[in-house]
Amino acid sequence: MASIQMKNIVKKYGDGFPAVNDISLDIADGEFMILVGPSGCGKSTLLRMIVGLEDITSGDMVIGGDRVNDKAPRDRNLSMVFQNYALYPHMSVYENIAFPLRLAKTPDDKVDRLVKEAADVLELHEHLERKPANLSGGQRQRVAMGRAIVRQAEAFLFDEPLSNLDAKLRGQMRTEIARLQRRLGITTVYVTHDQTEAMTLGDRVCVLRKGSIQQVASPRELYEQPVNLFVAGFIGSPPMNFLPATVQGSTLTTPFGTIELDERRAAAVAGHDLLLVGIRPEYFEDASLVDDAKKHLGSTFTARVDVTEWLGDQQYAYIPYDAPDTIRDRLRELSKELDSEELRTQAIVSIDASSRIREGRDAEFWLDSRKVHVFDPESGVNLTRDEQAGAELTRMADEDRQEQVAEAAGGLTGERTGGSGSTAA
Amino acid sequence: MRFLFRPPATEAAALLHLPWDSPLSEWDPSVLLDVPQRGISRHVVRFVATEGRVYALKEITESLARREYRLLGEFESDGLPSVSVLGICVDRPDDQEAILVTRYLEYSMSYRHLFSSPRSQHSTSQLLDTLVVLLVRLHLSGVFWGDCSLSNTLFRPDADGLTAYLVDAETAERHPQLSRGMRQHDVELARERVGAELLDLQFGGLLSPEISPVDVADALPERYAALWDAVTREEVFRLDEQRYRVAERLQWLNELGFDAGEVELVHTPEGARLRVDTRVAEPGQNRRELLRLTGLEVQENQARRLLNDVRSHRAWLEQKEGRPVPEAVAAHRWLADVYVPVVEAIPPHLAGRLAPAQVFHEVLEHRWFLSEQAGRDVGTTAALASYLDHELPKTPADQTTPSVLASPGGASS
Repeated sequence: MASIQMKNIVKKYGDGFPAVNDISLDIADGEFMILVGPSGCGKSTLLRMIVGLEDITSGDMVIGGDRVNDKAPRDRNLSMVFQNYALYPHMSVYENIAFPLRLAKTPDDKVDRLVKEAADVLELHEHLERKPANLSGGQRQRVAMGRAIVRQAEAFLFDEPLSNLDAKLRGQMRTEIARLQRRLGITTVYVTHDQTEAMTLGDRVCVLRKGSIQQVASPRELYEQPVNLFVAGFIGSPPMNFLPATVQGSTLTTPFGTIELDERRAAAVAGHDLLLVGIRPEYFEDASLVDDAKKHLGSTFTARVDVTEWLGDQQYAYIPYDAPDTIRDRLRELSKELDSEELRTQAIVSIDASSRIREGRDAEFWLDSRKVHVFDPESGVNLTRDEQAGAELTRMADEDRQEQVAEAAGGLTGERTGGSGSTAA
Repeated sequence: MRFLFRPPATEAAALLHLPWDSPLSEWDPSVLLDVPQRGISRHVVRFVATEGRVYALKEITESLARREYRLLGEFESDGLPSVSVLGICVDRPDDQEAILVTRYLEYSMSYRHLFSSPRSQHSTSQLLDTLVVLLVRLHLSGVFWGDCSLSNTLFRPDADGLTAYLVDAETAERHPQLSRGMRQHDVELARERVGAELLDLQFGGLLSPEISPVDVADALPERYAALWDAVTREEVFRLDEQRYRVAERLQWLNELGFDAGEVELVHTPEGARLRVDTRVAEPGQNRRELLRLTGLEVQENQARRLLNDVRSHRAWLEQKEGRPVPEAVAAHRWLADVYVPVVEAIPPHLAGRLAPAQVFHEVLEHRWFLSEQAGRDVGTTAALASYLDHELPKTPADQTTPSVLASPGGASS
């Protein structure tokens, strides 16, 4: 297992267009890193440069301390998981996992040890002697994972592995991959365009846009302290609401009334004419259901509800608002970039499932002003981002990861890594 | 539901009555043609026959189906050896996956047959070379296969040789040019898959004992590298040799089914440096010639063989009649007097096992073999009778190309 370091990686194609532009990223040994972004952001190109499928125009790709820019894919000893799903009907599950080792002329005793260890991790033990024809969909996928495991690769790489699976299997596999990665503590790079996958799987998530890194952080930091409009809009479902605002002193004026900022945030936004306020759906509530003790932490406003959506355990209300043309244009541009449905000038707010707010009527809402962010609509920069708080979130996530990996390593019997002797710390 | 197909796919109309709205796995057997399993597929694949033609139907997600449809169409128009795509059916009810329809590759064989058939006269080495030629041709055209395997390839006998066809482009990608890493990776994937498929045959007791899956798999990257080098390398030779060396190189490339896009010859102090921009050509010189003369559509090596026979027939006619016979006349008479009688002599129960042109080729081979044994020319009639009695029946019945099964009884349409 190894760390992966990218130093000032650039990929230019024949026409000079930089598909990947000056990317530097350190992936720690044992870390689960997600590369995410809309199509054309460069995530797959970056993964292909790690694997060795794309030439690197400039910069260094370092795996386990070795610069691999000029190494052939097979000499990098990485494993593209799920690249070979084929199950061979005459071979037992055991042999279906073992064959990469057979082809590499690995001695029988080593094959046996590696296959059995992989089967333990994947809970395939009782199926080893069966023929693959009778396996369930999930078990088949696990056999494919088993093949990747027995290779003892430096890292696992996934390129949108779940995009062609049906929804049920997709969910199942997501859990399976997360569990497997934790148990093996193997460095993993996972490419997806799906922010839900990114948020649920990764230790850290690298958000890319047009070939450049926007932010690399734990899912929670991305969610709570995004660096800019792009990240704020990309992460979260339903997405963050962006309202136009003007500022006077510490008071923001928005279509949903005024919002009071604390001193730090007020200082950060001073001097701007027009601003965008970012408010996550769950920072709203039906005002009638908010505890009096909490009410002063936010502001209350009345608005007409266009539509409500009751989902049993939660409820959403859609509230249209007015916005100047410049803001409308900016939001339209943003949603195009995010590959998302058009961000309309209506807020999606989450209210308690028991709320009796109904569509077509005026209702009173409360919004928690402690957590709003304020963006510069021109540059997209998050003016109120709290860097320290963000770093703390990512540090905590890292602590959790180290603990889990250590636990998993302790729980595994035998020396997994073979002769090299190093186990995940 | 939506059907997408590219003209001239008029035959697609004949497929419209099929039950596209229900899952492929639930289609009534009466609309399907039973074709023996030819490889390993992770999708539902079924066959149908209509108006004497056979089609393969594969259920896959819409995005994959659309991509494969587009790529296979491109491959076909670029002359790359691949199955021919008819179209796709998308927007099926209940969010069902799309169906990709390809034309069945007539008279083709799967690796299972080639590796396990007692009659197989094709060596492992020949099979591997055929696959490597296919891979090099794809790579020269900027195609990354991503899943080069024996299961995803079909082989067609072509006189003494074989031609390999790509039958699954699900993971394929087209680039303006392939990086070295992509080629290396593709070859590595091929090595592993071929090895695994042969191991699988071995576990199933279907592999000849003298074949070692590991050795065959390991030979693949070497052979690929040798061929790639041979078709792309720069050569330096003495100035006085340049004329015939250039001609030699180009002819050799043509024979392998490659074409020279541009030839660059630079005179340097060490001699002439030749760089050939090798391209993929549809091997076709003999094929086109035979088509022009006789209207027969066959494969390239078969065509070469048949043309030789046309020429010797012409010489024989001229000798017999004591006057020049025009080529077109000779070809016409050859067709009527030599070729058609052989093909029509194939009894119905043996029809469809080999392409007619391949049967003709084998009859000529058999005639040569018998003549050598007898020490005199036994003639085509005797050779044909002996071939039909002793040789053709050795080809397994399950190799019969499905359209022949489908047409006479008409049971399936």
